[in-house]
Amino acid sequence: MSQSTHHGDPDALIGPGHTMATLTDKISGIVLTQKHPLQWFAITGIAAIFASLLGLTVLNLFFTGIGVWGPNNPVGWGFDIINFVWWIGIGHAGTLISAILLLLKQEWRTSINRSAEAMTVFAVMCAGMYPLLHTGRPWLAYWLLPIPNTMGMWPQFRSPLIWDVFAVSTYATVSMLFWYVGLIPDFAVLRDKATKKVQKVVYGMLALGWRNAARHWDRYETAYLLLAGMSTPLVLSVHTVVSFDFAAGIIPGWHTTVFPPYFVAGAIFAGFAMVLTLSIPLRIWYGVDDLITDKHLDNMAKVLLATGWIVTYGYAVEAFMCFYSGSTYEEFMLLNRLKGPYWFQYWSLLLTNCLLPQIMWIPKLRRNIWALYFVAMSVNIGMWLERYIIIVVSLHRDFLPSSWGMYAGSRWDWAMFLGTLGFFTTAFMLFVRFLPMISIAEMKALVPHKPGLTTGGRGAAAHH
Amino acid sequence: MTESTANELQGTAEAPVRGAKRFWKSLEEVEGGETFEQFLAREYPSQSHVFQDPPQRREFMKLMGASLALAGVTAACTRQPKETIYAYAKNPETTLPGKPMYFATTMPWAAGAIGLVVESHEGRPTKIEGNELHSGSLGATDAMTQATVLGLYDNQRSQTITERGTIKTWNDFAASLKAALGEQSAAQGAGLRILTGAVVSPTLAGQIQQVLAVFPKARWVVWEPVNRDNARRGAMQAFGRDVQVLPDFAKASVVLSLEADFLSGPEGVRNTKAFAKRRKVRGGGVVDMNRLYVAESAPSITGASADHHLPLRSSEIDAFARKVARALGVKNVTGADGADARMDKFAQAVAKDLAAHKGASLVVAGSGQPPHVHALAHAMNAALGNVGKTLVHVAPAEFQPAGHAEGLQQLVQEMNSGAVQLLLVSETNPVYTAPAELDFAGALAKVKLRAHHGLYQDETAMGCDWHVNAAHFLESWSDGRAADGTLSIVQPLILPLYNGKTAHDLFALMLDKGTMSAYDLVREQWQKQLGADGFEAKWRRVLHDGVLANSQGSAIAAELQNLQLPAVAAPSMELTFTPDPSIHDGRFALNGWLQELPKPLTKLTWDNVAQISPATAERLGVKSGDVVELEAGGRKITAPAWIQPGQADDSVQIALGFGRKRAGSFATDLGSNAYALRTTAGAWAVGGLSVRNTGEKHVLASTQGHDRLDVTPEGIPIAARRDDVLRVGTIDRFRQAPDAHYMTAEESARHGEGHGEHETSIYAKHARGEYAWGMVIDLNACTACNACVVACQSENNIPVVGKKEILRGREMHWIRIDRYFDGERERPKIHVQPIPCMQCENAPCETVCPVAATAHGPEGLNEMTYNRCVGTRYCANNCPYKVRRFNFFLYSDYSTESLKLGRNPDVTVRSRGVMEKCTYCVQRINRARLSAHKQNRKVQDGEIVTACQQVCPADAITFGNVDEPTSQVAALKREPHNYGLLAELNTFPRTTFLGKVTNPNPELEPSA
Repeated sequence: MSQSTHHGDPDALIGPGHTMATLTDKISGIVLTQKHPLQWFAITGIAAIFASLLGLTVLNLFFTGIGVWGPNNPVGWGFDIINFVWWIGIGHAGTLISAILLLLKQEWRTSINRSAEAMTVFAVMCAGMYPLLHTGRPWLAYWLLPIPNTMGMWPQFRSPLIWDVFAVSTYATVSMLFWYVGLIPDFAVLRDKATKKVQKVVYGMLALGWRNAARHWDRYETAYLLLAGMSTPLVLSVHTVVSFDFAAGIIPGWHTTVFPPYFVAGAIFAGFAMVLTLSIPLRIWYGVDDLITDKHLDNMAKVLLATGWIVTYGYAVEAFMCFYSGSTYEEFMLLNRLKGPYWFQYWSLLLTNCLLPQIMWIPKLRRNIWALYFVAMSVNIGMWLERYIIIVVSLHRDFLPSSWGMYAGSRWDWAMFLGTLGFFTTAFMLFVRFLPMISIAEMKALVPHKPGLTTGGRGAAAHH
Repeated sequence: MTESTANELQGTAEAPVRGAKRFWKSLEEVEGGETFEQFLAREYPSQSHVFQDPPQRREFMKLMGASLALAGVTAACTRQPKETIYAYAKNPETTLPGKPMYFATTMPWAAGAIGLVVESHEGRPTKIEGNELHSGSLGATDAMTQATVLGLYDNQRSQTITERGTIKTWNDFAASLKAALGEQSAAQGAGLRILTGAVVSPTLAGQIQQVLAVFPKARWVVWEPVNRDNARRGAMQAFGRDVQVLPDFAKASVVLSLEADFLSGPEGVRNTKAFAKRRKVRGGGVVDMNRLYVAESAPSITGASADHHLPLRSSEIDAFARKVARALGVKNVTGADGADARMDKFAQAVAKDLAAHKGASLVVAGSGQPPHVHALAHAMNAALGNVGKTLVHVAPAEFQPAGHAEGLQQLVQEMNSGAVQLLLVSETNPVYTAPAELDFAGALAKVKLRAHHGLYQDETAMGCDWHVNAAHFLESWSDGRAADGTLSIVQPLILPLYNGKTAHDLFALMLDKGTMSAYDLVREQWQKQLGADGFEAKWRRVLHDGVLANSQGSAIAAELQNLQLPAVAAPSMELTFTPDPSIHDGRFALNGWLQELPKPLTKLTWDNVAQISPATAERLGVKSGDVVELEAGGRKITAPAWIQPGQADDSVQIALGFGRKRAGSFATDLGSNAYALRTTAGAWAVGGLSVRNTGEKHVLASTQGHDRLDVTPEGIPIAARRDDVLRVGTIDRFRQAPDAHYMTAEESARHGEGHGEHETSIYAKHARGEYAWGMVIDLNACTACNACVVACQSENNIPVVGKKEILRGREMHWIRIDRYFDGERERPKIHVQPIPCMQCENAPCETVCPVAATAHGPEGLNEMTYNRCVGTRYCANNCPYKVRRFNFFLYSDYSTESLKLGRNPDVTVRSRGVMEKCTYCVQRINRARLSAHKQNRKVQDGEIVTACQQVCPADAITFGNVDEPTSQVAALKREPHNYGLLAELNTFPRTTFLGKVTNPNPELEPSA
């Protein structure tokens, strides 16, 4: 496959020859057409099987107990929290792209923000499952919510897990709203273009009576901007709070003040890697390389590189502090990562998260989808390993050598992880099938206008 | 059982009971009739697979008729009628539902007895404690005694009488026995043999003597696989008569153990009590601390407690003993001339030290050592003038103390020759435990009528025609004699759950006294003991106290004879046998608590292993977990190897009690049967061992993976944390600098107590309540005997999780005993450290619980509210001591009815998904606080005793109010060597430790 099917300006954010009409037809056509690439059916089919596996693992978990997983005495958390943090990290790119890049007037976000937001919503769903399921008595997990009750008991507000509940649920709510609000004008397009009764009714209802009126646009823009403003601190806060799960603990390898910024950067790093993982195949299968252009890939690769360096810096500071602190336990924690029984995981982490992304310095490789895909997968794995290192390797050898132990994920751990991957992929594939994966309304702002009119993104539109 | 017997149950801690409620466990008790019992046994067949003839239809109708008739009498027709646990319609006098009562009884324990006080809730014994008045207990017990309460409620116990697998009645058995005895009476019992375990009951011994009087040509043989044959023959060699050494370790300043593991086994409690008195360093070390030298082939808890430990092959200890004896000037010591660099210096130093403590030293020889080593020990003690000072000679506690091995050998010969027509086996399991060369099972098959009486349908029961299910000692009337001769009563706490028979019933049947109950027989015996004059009052006093005061045997003056030592045997690769530290000779194999109890020094559960020294393992190319074939004397077994630091080179040790062929659902075929290699001649050690790696692997479940404090297996140094974890120093250094840093060469400020230094916290300090509970554990006294672990399990309803879950690191013990090896792997110093919850004042677990399920109590406990716990496990992750335990599955047995009876009703039985941990036995605290409150006073010091503290034979655990300056615990916390585990984390642990202080001989270990 050629690296690029369009020619001309390598930094264009939209392929040449697009008009408002072609954009509408192209993007809404993907949804309204009956023809889908064979890959869609294959991927959705396989993913659905794994999504069913998730159902099975959850049933087994409920009936048998979390003993089916691998946690034990020193290592009380395993795949459950690793995957929770991994998924919630992935969910970060969506909001970052939608909100922060919007406020920073980064036009290139427009073609990827919709799918990134969808990815966020589904990733947060996967993440949200774990804190519920990982409890020993999941049917009582609602006690973590501040619901007035006859027991007269509130949650224990000093616990970072409670902060998590607030952070994650807020994030999930705002992400959903943000996604939905952005979809409203596109739902109207689909409603208008639809030929089938069912499509007309469903999209019509979802469009909330959108008539493309100036008043609608005005309110839409205001709402969108407000949501963007609300989401921006969330990008920082969610993973900061997630990092408190560890930073507020006493365990060497957890008790670290660098965690909040390093977790946030790691989340963006992971999120962009996942956006790349998803958008590269879509670009090929749906031929939307004129909408998700090389410039997009290039930019995402740069973000990957930058956040990768923040993460690397985080590792370096962590390592430095181990010696600088003078704490024998901190020092041991690092040596144990480097030389202990989980050395392979730690060195793999350094390779996948720090070393391999460095090929993105080469401009050519930033636009080579194979190189990008390779780096994106490397980061996906690396960020998973990072959580594995933080959780398992810190816990397995803490203070008293007598209570040291080892951890390994059980079959059910892997089944559930694959299950969430299946659920995520299924949900994303259904999104591609039934919702416009690229914002039609926003893309139109990128179409070259008649001379005299400003071109630009939503920021410009807001001036109307 | 008659009305009067039940009325005899006596309380100790509570007011004496008169007219207690009548216990009954089945309608058969109430309504009588054997057929019902027969029906029940058939209805609930625990042994259904051995049934030979299924019930006929008419038989079935008959039984159904009987049961229906009974059903008309009362609505209840199950084995454990629910009615009995309902509120009393008419409350028996002195009982108060919810308030436990305590009764004194005795557990016959191999060739001794241990006095107990048993807690009983509404007629159900739930917890065993030691009887302070009994010399074998002195208030403490051991792990195995603690676990017998689980044995009582074991639903795998034999529940019926059977004849070749068919359920029969006691009357059927009586008829069969009568017929056989009738044949024997003509021949004066020439074909009758009685084979029992060690008998320490005067009543039972009297009964057997009466049987032998009726059948003068009959013979009584005693067989215990772990016996004192060597000690007996050693005493015969030394004194010409059998005497038992009764050591008093409290009086000995220097002790030499020749492979004697005197801190464990049936006498372990008594010895530990005395030994620990001389290990406790108080008041800045101004104490006459003793010094212990141990020479042994495999590290025992005694060896781990030693100041100097010399690993020698079991067969080399003879030579070592001769060297010491020669140096002490014992006459006629031959074979001590050869130079041996390993032992010479040690022997010289030991001898010098012993000689410097004449009359205040002690030499003890282990039961695995050959008789002449025992004789040497006698001679050394005599030369040191110890007899009458640190030890006395008394008569053995066992009745019929003849040699067990000789007796069994002769019996097997007779059985093979066809001379034995009737064999009664009671409370011993020779088919499993007899020396391998005897082929007891083969000989047994040649006996015409074989009857077995025991708690389980075990290997021997399978080889017998009849099996009579025995009553547990907690269900029996009997009596016992302790090692020092103290007499005590075995009093039932409950009527037999499965209608088991005592040995008294069995012999009463033989003596045509079938109508006399065990109670009548014991009373009859004690009437002789106490005299008819004022018997009733004296009897009640004995029942109440559990012991007959001042009944210990008098010292025997034994004249030492000239030593005649055999030539020193050339040592070879050897295999030694030891009773398992948890399940002893196999008799406790069906006890889940004991199977899961980590063995003190290997921390292994659910297995036995071939312990090999690191150097020998390297030579043999063997790693831990490799299955090796052990071949000695033409016999072979396979066992997983285990590399044990401190094990002597070229010596392999294997524990007895495993590899049983008929031991219920989980102990059958568990581990390797060491008895298969054990012969009469090689009862404790066999030479000429060959070890072959089979190439197979066996997964071993150890609860402690890492055992060093200097470096990890990958070479990462961890020595810097050492002082935060374990503080060890010498008494000399401690006397010079009696402060918290006595144990380190460099007094680093970093390892300060931390208390008071950084009290800053973002959270408000907890308000101090009326009491501030705290605990101090003396590491110097602790021997890792494991009693606390099982006591805690029994007190707090802690479940058994099984080997698979142990392998996953999910053991549930609330108190664990950490073990570390220090120094070189070949001759390590072994340190042990019991770890319960530290009850931190700044508890890391409390702040992270999202639902406030673990919270700080006003008295400083980290309270665990099981009902509130949702199971996030965050608390366990954040606990620096890793003392929290999680119910990953439904570990508690919710289905076995009998086990429910044995649970402590004051402690919640935890279900799946809930975190649990030590709470300083909060139920005991609450009980004491309530009773103090009722009397309008404060809880007094010593009023609350935690389960671990109560059971501890070393009195290593002290509990109390740390805010009360006069309390014992506060005094210990003021000791200079008191330290908090990982105190620098600012957790402010309420549990602290007294650092370990050793007393090395400067000649052997120049002080650092």
